[in-house]
Amino acid sequence: MTVEIPDVKKNWPHTINAVTIGATSAEGGTRTSTVTIGGETTLPFYHFEGTMPNKPVVAMEVWDIPAEDWPDTVREPFADVLADPGAWAKACVETFGAELICLRLKGCDPNGADRSPDEAAAAAKQVAEAVGVPLIVWGCGNDDKDNEVFPVVAEALSGENCLLGTITEDNYKTLTALGTAYGHKLIAESPVDINMAKQVNILALDVGFPSENIVIYPSTGALGYGLEYVYSIMERLRIAGLKGDKVVAMPMLCDIGIEVWSIKEAKAPEDEVPGWGDVKARGPMWEASTATAYLLAGADVLIMRHPEAVRITKETISRLMGGGA
Amino acid sequence: MILIGERINAGFKDIANAIKTKDPTAVEKWAVAQTEAGATYLDVNIGAASRDPADMAWLVEATQKAVPTPISVDSTKIEAIEAGLEALDGRQCLVNSTTADPGKLEKVIPLAVKHNAMLLGLAMDDRGSPQNVERRVENGAMVFMAAMEAGIPPERIILDPILMPIKFMQEQVPNVLEAIEQFTHLSDPPPHISVGLSNIGNKVAERGRVIRTFLVMAMAKGLDAAICDVCDEETIAAVATAELMLNKEIYSDSYIRAFRIKAGGVA
Repeated sequence: MTVEIPDVKKNWPHTINAVTIGATSAEGGTRTSTVTIGGETTLPFYHFEGTMPNKPVVAMEVWDIPAEDWPDTVREPFADVLADPGAWAKACVETFGAELICLRLKGCDPNGADRSPDEAAAAAKQVAEAVGVPLIVWGCGNDDKDNEVFPVVAEALSGENCLLGTITEDNYKTLTALGTAYGHKLIAESPVDINMAKQVNILALDVGFPSENIVIYPSTGALGYGLEYVYSIMERLRIAGLKGDKVVAMPMLCDIGIEVWSIKEAKAPEDEVPGWGDVKARGPMWEASTATAYLLAGADVLIMRHPEAVRITKETISRLMGGGA
Repeated sequence: MILIGERINAGFKDIANAIKTKDPTAVEKWAVAQTEAGATYLDVNIGAASRDPADMAWLVEATQKAVPTPISVDSTKIEAIEAGLEALDGRQCLVNSTTADPGKLEKVIPLAVKHNAMLLGLAMDDRGSPQNVERRVENGAMVFMAAMEAGIPPERIILDPILMPIKFMQEQVPNVLEAIEQFTHLSDPPPHISVGLSNIGNKVAERGRVIRTFLVMAMAKGLDAAICDVCDEETIAAVATAELMLNKEIYSDSYIRAFRIKAGGVA
């Protein structure tokens, strides 16, 4: 006797926006490759149900100043290049397989090195000249300073179709104008809050920035540090998007490295926490595990730091997309 | 929420006049206005203005020339429905309507199947409008079963429990609410449930309030479609707010904007 297994496949009415980052010379930029994310018609890796035309991608993080507060484990692979953003980016792409570079303008922080907009733009140009992959540029996080820095940086990278971030509910007018003027995509940030995630997208739309050019950053928590809250928000956003809520039907981004490499599980040496194992293996594993969880929640872009975590995550993506290791 | 724009109806003078003179200006105006307001379907109805099915074909053509919005072909006359459906350019459509009268079911349902249309079924029969919950549910179930047997799935069926003016038939309003809830138990997923919303406010002084209060009460019972004045901003705001209450949409401070963007109206 044959038991009929009911067909539980869903046919979602809406498709997640596909967003292309980077522009080649034919498209008005100088990138040698571009990356397209999103375009899903189903939940993450539900290949039996719908299509996931673009695989999630891994961006590696580069700073405009030497990353002194990074733990040794994750500084070590970049020891020779930390003082040179161009060389650092080149190592990420050529040695470690980064698919995009995320330049974080940490040096502009007024409570830190307080570097000028011109210095930030110079670092951005350095990275753009050193590598051909698409670029993400992330501000220092101080709204006032970012609003001074981005006009110069966005212009310096004009036509490169970068992904710039972030816009928030309280600070979106400068970047939306710059994105439109210089041809860049934007990251819309919200503080682990699905309502605000939706609101910031509507605000951007209301000042004329097309929702097709937005990537959602719902905040990121490291494994053990609120990951499950973000996970459930990402799931709800993705389900709403697939059901037809156009203002949340965007690809999603997770900022993995910065979160993981600030927690003790990734950086405390074994002599401080006996029984936790070698920190040099533990840290990258923590980063890769966090990344994997977010892939399953629907992440389309992961920003990461450690080369070994990047390698494992890219292999995981390849397997989840149905390819081999 | 399936919002069916009521305005292209010869019950309105400008539309009756358009049909008589074959001047599509008023039709185009309402097709665009209702589409921009977020209508899912545009109801097209020649009403009592004409007995000629060719006029329904003309009205459908005039509407679809103006906008790409799906069309609800609305008539009590089978010949008019057929003429309207034949005039369509292949876009999504809704057959509005059949009743539970077997003679009508056997003619209207094949038309819906042939044109791959959604089917709206009124919970009335050859005995006229239902005066209690039981008759509504019996008639609704009869339409539902006949449509299902013809291969139309629940999500392509809309049942209408027959809403009456509160001023003249106040005792029927609770019956309509109860019938809506019972319709939701017919299947899983349930059929869609719609009413002719403006009916309840017929000749009522507080028309807007009556319409909107009924609307949100009915949505709480399971109403998920309405033939209504989609250009009324307060009605749309009430729908958007009620959908939040039912947790059908993610809250945001600009949720009414979000609702309009989703409805595909003016962004």
